[in-house]
Amino acid sequence: MTTTQPPFATTGESSAAARATALTKVYGEGETRVVALDGIDVEFSRGQFTAIMGPSGSGKSTLMHCMAGLDAITSGSATIGDVELSRLKDKHLTRLRRDRIGFVFQSFNLVPTLTAIENITLTMDIAGRKPDSQWLDQIVDTVGLRDRLKHRPGQLSGGQQQRVACARALAGRPEIVFADEPTGNLDSRSGAEILSFLRESARSFGQTVVMVTHDAVAASYADRVLFLADGRLVDELVAPSADRVLERMKQFDGKGRTS
Amino acid sequence: MFRTALRTVLAHKLRLLMTMLAVLLGVAFVAGTLVFTATMDKGLRDSSSKDYAGISVAVTTTGASARDADQGKRPDGVSDALLGRLGRLDGVASAQPVLTGFTGVADAKHNLIGGSSFGTYGGNYAPVGAGHTDPRYHFTSGAAPTGAGQVALDAKTAKDGGYRVGDTVDVAVTGPVMHEKLAGIFTTQDGNVASGGTLTLFDTATAQKLFLAPGLSGGVNLRAAPGTSQQQLLDRVNTAIKGQSGLEAKTAQQLIDDQAKQISAGMSTMNTIFLSFAGVALFVGIFLIANTFTMLVAQRTRELALLRAIGASRRQVTRSVLIEAVIVGVVSSVVGYLVGLGLSLGMRSLISSNGGNLPNNPLVITPTSVISALAVGIVITVLSAWLPARRAAKIPPVAAMSSSDAPPKQRSLIVRNAIGAFFVAVGGALIALGLHSSGSTGQKALTLGGGAAVGLVGIIVLTPLISRPVIGAFTPLLSMFGVSGRLAKRNSLRNPRRTAATATALMIGLTLMSALGVVVTSLKSGIAAAATDGIRADYSISNANFTPMDQSVVAKVKQVPGIAAASGTERADVTIDGKQPEVNAMDTTVLSQLFHVDRISGTVGALSPSQIAVSDKTAAKEHWRTGQSVTVKLPDGSSRQAVVSGTYKGGPGLPATMVDRTMLSGHTFKEPVERVFVKAAPGKAGSALKSDIKEALGNSPIVQVQTRDDLLNSFNTQIDQVLYMVYGLLGMSVVVAVIGVVNTMAMSVFERSREIGMLRAIGLDRRRVKRMVRLESLVISVFGALLGMGAGTFLAWAAGRLIKPSFATYAMKVPWSQYGIFFGAALVVGVLAALWPARRAARLNALEAIKSD
Ligand SMILES: Nc1ncnc2c1ncn2[C@@H]1O[C@H](COP(=O)(O)OP(=O)(O)OP(=O)(O)O)[C@@H](O)[C@H]1O
Ligand SMILES: [Mg+2]
Repeated sequence: MTTTQPPFATTGESSAAARATALTKVYGEGETRVVALDGIDVEFSRGQFTAIMGPSGSGKSTLMHCMAGLDAITSGSATIGDVELSRLKDKHLTRLRRDRIGFVFQSFNLVPTLTAIENITLTMDIAGRKPDSQWLDQIVDTVGLRDRLKHRPGQLSGGQQQRVACARALAGRPEIVFADEPTGNLDSRSGAEILSFLRESARSFGQTVVMVTHDAVAASYADRVLFLADGRLVDELVAPSADRVLERMKQFDGKGRTS
Repeated sequence: MFRTALRTVLAHKLRLLMTMLAVLLGVAFVAGTLVFTATMDKGLRDSSSKDYAGISVAVTTTGASARDADQGKRPDGVSDALLGRLGRLDGVASAQPVLTGFTGVADAKHNLIGGSSFGTYGGNYAPVGAGHTDPRYHFTSGAAPTGAGQVALDAKTAKDGGYRVGDTVDVAVTGPVMHEKLAGIFTTQDGNVASGGTLTLFDTATAQKLFLAPGLSGGVNLRAAPGTSQQQLLDRVNTAIKGQSGLEAKTAQQLIDDQAKQISAGMSTMNTIFLSFAGVALFVGIFLIANTFTMLVAQRTRELALLRAIGASRRQVTRSVLIEAVIVGVVSSVVGYLVGLGLSLGMRSLISSNGGNLPNNPLVITPTSVISALAVGIVITVLSAWLPARRAAKIPPVAAMSSSDAPPKQRSLIVRNAIGAFFVAVGGALIALGLHSSGSTGQKALTLGGGAAVGLVGIIVLTPLISRPVIGAFTPLLSMFGVSGRLAKRNSLRNPRRTAATATALMIGLTLMSALGVVVTSLKSGIAAAATDGIRADYSISNANFTPMDQSVVAKVKQVPGIAAASGTERADVTIDGKQPEVNAMDTTVLSQLFHVDRISGTVGALSPSQIAVSDKTAAKEHWRTGQSVTVKLPDGSSRQAVVSGTYKGGPGLPATMVDRTMLSGHTFKEPVERVFVKAAPGKAGSALKSDIKEALGNSPIVQVQTRDDLLNSFNTQIDQVLYMVYGLLGMSVVVAVIGVVNTMAMSVFERSREIGMLRAIGLDRRRVKRMVRLESLVISVFGALLGMGAGTFLAWAAGRLIKPSFATYAMKVPWSQYGIFFGAALVVGVLAALWPARRAARLNALEAIKSD
């Protein structure tokens, strides 16, 4: 951190990588008012791999966006490390995302004009930081892309592109990595590679990872699964297996999924 | 189909905005030109027919006669006797002698009223008829001039000079100043006065003496008596002037028609000039329009594929895109025409406010101008959209099923590069042929020009290929800007066709500008060399409008203390052994003091009345040798024997043939002097001497005393004025090109909104997003500017090779300061064009981009 950093509000506790307290998000007004998040309290501990599940429209993406400083929250608080997001202006939020958060989206993760390695080091380039070459080597080897580093995204398969995205998310050693359905567009084998990688990064490197998914098998890679419904946290499974997750999900089906 | 197309246009209206603006500007330029010239044509014709009101038949001297008089021959004209005979012809109500000539009026500070020497005229007051007045003039104060020493001035000139009746006015006709008494102030319908000129009236006898010769008038205006037609009168007049050299008679109707023809010819020249610049702007627009439709089609790949999948034929898809183009063309052309109307009004008031009084008639809107302006706009739009429309039809229906809407694969550039290389090769071959063939200059110019045009087309076709190395060369500069610079560089190479088309649009205007800049700069330095190489004199004295001066100027200048030598130069209408080379007469005893003359053989200076000296070129051409005897026919028609006394090296500023003025004396009428060259005594040259000379000439408002630098500057100022005007007209195409850059950047930002959103999400701040867009815009602009300056320099070099043989002192000079300005302008353009797109890019919401997954 340089001296140009903003005076981040400090909560005193720093055991959790990220935390939400009574987090509420409301879209629209009047007739079109939608309460996407309704008073969520959640904590993502360091080095933990968390999966978020729930029916479509339950607020999973919204929760992630709010926690990652991409969307403004309506009330309550969201903190990354000891930084309270709601008090930051765009400029500082951007810097926070750059330095302390990693992202993996469902698709369109990479800049098509940059090569794989350039994409991986992009966040550090933006920050003007020199990548830690040992760490970079380790990541590249873990995602198994050594012979593809000079390729452009257009020359990579969907699974390879997602692995590059994961590598980029981790390359800057962020506080926390958010992944929104990172395996949504992949076949099961490619998906498994990504998920193993995320789990591995949590176990071996102590990386905090939060992943939204619809897939019970995917969720089973995580250390714990949070269940969301109608903007509320309704359940939590620790050390989940695919069967238990599926079991839990079936209860939602009774209410009817919208997609 | 039309409804779908209309809906598409409406849906994309923001994206089509720049395209519409480009078409609109081009059409406005065309419409403005057409309406302006049509309006001027009508206005000038109306005022010219006013000039001939009350005239039935006019007798005038032919144009050739005036030129002869400048070269020492006795002028043609209507003698008082002939005037009397014409007046007594059957059916003539009145016969009015007409005289006109260049006349300058000085204000209190000895400056010429009216500023420039164009439109400053003098005439005669010729009372006719029972009222014994001249119906052309109406006196508001004082009376008409009745004898030598009296003048009358038009009201505006009198006001500008602050003169009142009874004042003494400084007037000059052939150089020396005359102090005349102001007898009266008048108003008139005269076209020249109406358009801001000055008019000085003398009585007829004085005007004859000043403008032609005592007893001689330049023309006669005849009014027919009731019952006599113009044609009848013309026949009688023609019989009366039969056998008189240099005279012709025309009916007023013929004169009006002639003038109308002249006006129309002038207007159509103007039309051609302006329309060709409008053409350049429209041509530049083609690239922009094609870019837009290509992008729109690419963005709608899935939609169009869906149309094909559900059964639309290829032709229907093509047609739907073309209909969109038609809608865009029609809307922008109609608006463009209206803007053009405003433009022509603006043009008129601009000219008027700069002193040129133009007729103030209402705008003339002809069906031709409406139809052609609209047609041009629509045809250009549809033509430009034609290729993209064809490409749209080639989208396979399966494209609708493709899950990702990744940009369509880029077509290979191989075919395009092959075509471009072919054009460049053919162009290069033609240029080489033009430079080295032994044809006539015209043929060479044609080959060279054709080669340059073909080569330029080739370069335009090859721009995508060229873009890679050129933009690659910017890398070190761009990497100074970190990630933004790197992304900008990659983005500008992402779609080479689009980058190329955008840069090409800018290149075209700059090619023409730089080519012109180089040629003009080289011409200027060539002229400077020509003027300074040949002349040794310190001052050159001439009339402001280059009409010949009176011989008395020479004598007056010679009396100024501090002058070592002075001589007038006279253009003499002399025939030597049946040939008519350019002959200059001067005081050859001071030849070597006033000019650099390299003698080759015999004697060249201090010629006797029976000697001529010729340049080496003339000697070779006419086969004259030193010592050869020749027969010289003098301006008055008499002949004498002379000897070729010597030859000298011909060069700029030196005549083909020189004689001493004593050879001509007594054999010319009036001895008109073209210029007076003056050499100051050692150490005397300076502004004091210059003002002494002016003083000696009575501070005549029309005589200019110029040093060598003045001479050059006056050339340069005139050339620069034309150059800047052409730059201004080419500026229109640059404006269109700038719109093209804005268009491309806006489109790119739109296309890449997800990518930009993603970049924002992972931490690229707004400032750097803006910088990324700005740098890409800069890269494109600078690329276009470099291409343009390169191509322009090349064209100028080729043109120079053609100019050189006929202009010995021409040497190619690159105007680096102008190039610097062009380059700076390209940077400004790059930044300005990116303003709006960069702002849009920075405002893109990271979330929106991610959510549209
Ligand atoms: N920009 C917005 N304006 C209004 N309502 C919104 C907006 N974004 C999301 N919502 C609403 O908020 C709720 C939560 O949406 P969210 O995208 O978080 O759901 P999700 O759990 O991610 O669903 P899915 O599994 O389909 O991705 C939904 O009811 C949605 O309609
Ligand atoms: Mg979602």
